[in-house]
Amino acid sequence: MRKFNMKRFFRRKSSREVARDRLKILLISDRVNCSPEMMELIKTDIAKVISKYMKIDSTNMEIQINTKGKGNRGIKNPTLYANIPILDLRK
Amino acid sequence: MSNSEVIVITSGKGGVGKTTTTANVGTGLAKMGKKVCLIDTDIGLRNLDVVMGLENRIVYNLVDVVEGNCRVKQALIRDKRNPGLYLMPSAQTRDKSAVSPGQMVKVIEHLKEQFDYILLDCPAGIEQGFQNAIAGADRALIVTTPEVSAIRDADRIIGLLEANGFKQMDLIINRLRTDMVRKGDMMSASDVVDILAVPLLGIIPDDENVVVATNQGEPLVGHDCPAGRAYSNVVRRIQGEEVPFLSTEKGFSFWTKVTGIFHKA
Repeated sequence: MRKFNMKRFFRRKSSREVARDRLKILLISDRVNCSPEMMELIKTDIAKVISKYMKIDSTNMEIQINTKGKGNRGIKNPTLYANIPILDLRK
Repeated sequence: MSNSEVIVITSGKGGVGKTTTTANVGTGLAKMGKKVCLIDTDIGLRNLDVVMGLENRIVYNLVDVVEGNCRVKQALIRDKRNPGLYLMPSAQTRDKSAVSPGQMVKVIEHLKEQFDYILLDCPAGIEQGFQNAIAGADRALIVTTPEVSAIRDADRIIGLLEANGFKQMDLIINRLRTDMVRKGDMMSASDVVDILAVPLLGIIPDDENVVVATNQGEPLVGHDCPAGRAYSNVVRRIQGEEVPFLSTEKGFSFWTKVTGIFHKA
């Protein structure tokens, strides 16, 4: 834990790494060809369904389309990840 | 000649070196004894003629051919320095809609009979000019620089080419500065190849001789300078030869990754 913090503290990311990381994230959304509006709609629908069964923190939930595996330029098998904080497992 | 190869040089973003690459690769192929035709498909903003130093010899252009104002042969300008190298210039006073993809295919089919290689210099963007340029091509060279904006556009272009059924796409990374890569201030060639996942055909170092060559209207392929050597290697790789990457071409920790992708092609 401490090592991790030290590392972050002393070593600033080089602009090369920043560029690479920004591009990787940018291209995922570019390749998926899915508008932010549509992502928002999917998110609210998922929240609605899950809320039927448990209490969730819908303001802090996140969904993201990621690419699974390489080689197909990542476009062939996109995966939808949902990160939904649960407040109470019982309704 | 039925086994001629039609290659489109494209990038999405403007100003990354499509025209320079077309001029150098074409000249390089001609220097190796191939019959080469360069077609400038950027209607309204032609530039390949000046980079080649042939701007004073234009009589007819691509639009004249398409509209039937002249025969294909009349629009071809022969390069005096390299026998076997011809340029079909674009029209300067018209716009992209003057030519359709179908018409491009027809012109290319006609040229295929006389040339080993037909190189199409694609305009920037993804509109009609791009559609025209890729219509008759069976192979693509994607030019990019190690910058976020150029790589993003290149990725988009690769997606569009895939959607159009292109099987063979190769990457040329232009204007790489190894000194900046070493300092961590520029993405390395392997970073770019990792992100775009397209086989690498060449790395052209940032070289001021390119500017000088463009000033003079004479491609520098084969000249004794970093970019000249890099373009020579690209020309040899296009013909299927396996040429190791120059030490000046690569950044660090680069070799294994690139060869991995390179051999898959």
